[in-house]
Amino acid sequence: MAGLIDGLSGLALLGGVFFVIVGGVGLLRMPDFYTRLHAASITDTLGAGLILLGLMLHGGWTLVSAKLLLILSFLWLTSPTATHALVRAALSDPENPRPLLSKDAPSSKS
Amino acid sequence: MFAATACGILACMILAMARALMGPTVYDRIMAVNAFGTKTVLIIAVLGFMNGRPDFMDIALVYALINFIGTIAVLKFIRYGDMGWPRNVPDEPDDL
Amino acid sequence: MLHALSLWLFCLGLWLLLSGSFDNALLLSFGALSCVLVVFVAWRVETIDPEEQPPCPRFGPQLLWYWPWLLWRVVLANVNVVKRILDPKLPIDPTMIELKPSQRSDLGRVIYANSITLTPGTVTTSLSGDNLEVHALTREGADELLAGEMDRRVAGLERRIP
Repeated sequence: MAGLIDGLSGLALLGGVFFVIVGGVGLLRMPDFYTRLHAASITDTLGAGLILLGLMLHGGWTLVSAKLLLILSFLWLTSPTATHALVRAALSDPENPRPLLSKDAPSSKS
Repeated sequence: MFAATACGILACMILAMARALMGPTVYDRIMAVNAFGTKTVLIIAVLGFMNGRPDFMDIALVYALINFIGTIAVLKFIRYGDMGWPRNVPDEPDDL
Repeated sequence: MLHALSLWLFCLGLWLLLSGSFDNALLLSFGALSCVLVVFVAWRVETIDPEEQPPCPRFGPQLLWYWPWLLWRVVLANVNVVKRILDPKLPIDPTMIELKPSQRSDLGRVIYANSITLTPGTVTTSLSGDNLEVHALTREGADELLAGEMDRRVAGLERRIP
């Protein structure tokens, strides 16, 4: 049983590292600011979630796990708020470049 | 296992730092610093488990709080030019 | 008054969780006092509105079913965006769309907008009145939002409002 929990915890940690690194790669590869935000949100949601889940599995039913859960719920609440504030500020800045849009958008506002 | 996780997060922190240094606009830099802060929270938690010091979780929690408030504060500073009451509001009063 | 008491109880629970000390009477009383101070400051800055009930009971048990569904959507969207990032051709297709959310309360709209932003691949760029603008990384993500399943689910959360 303990070995199973350890294996699951290791899997969650490795998966979390994978998502975190892919988020970092996306941060470098994406062409403009607005698409980079999507890459950053991978790191914030599933990367952080899996790493903290792996640590929680390792910690078991203790106060440390409760604190990890608190950190996780806090990250999941604040990261959309910070992203929304960023994109609001970027769009309301007239000197900032507009988002690159594809040609055949369904109801895009040009 | 924890050491490998910490190394992976460090590699990603280097990528985020590269974006913060390259970023053409100031918003790219703020976003990169925000992502960097999220990874700092994760690495503090992992290091706490690695060294067997669960007190690090409190530091990680406080860092998560400060990271969010710092991002919002920098955004507000860039938009209004000061941290006090927005006296000369550019267009929308109840923003941010 | 009820709201202030519930806020105090919440602060006390959080304090107990974070401190982890349950047997030192002096520390416990300090914790209770600091929670009283927090409630006083919240009353001074007028975040406790005596007219308004705390928002959670209005939402009922559907919220417990919404969270796992949202979690599953977030996982699916993560896998989709990860595939696109790792593809050498970078097949992205950024799109701006406008949505008309069907939620009646402000809190419901905020939950909807936050859920959209939390899902990778879609970011809410503006929320004003009953108009919502979304920047989507791909056409498929935008089409999924236009189909409006998430909108219906969030609207279903607040059906209990009289």
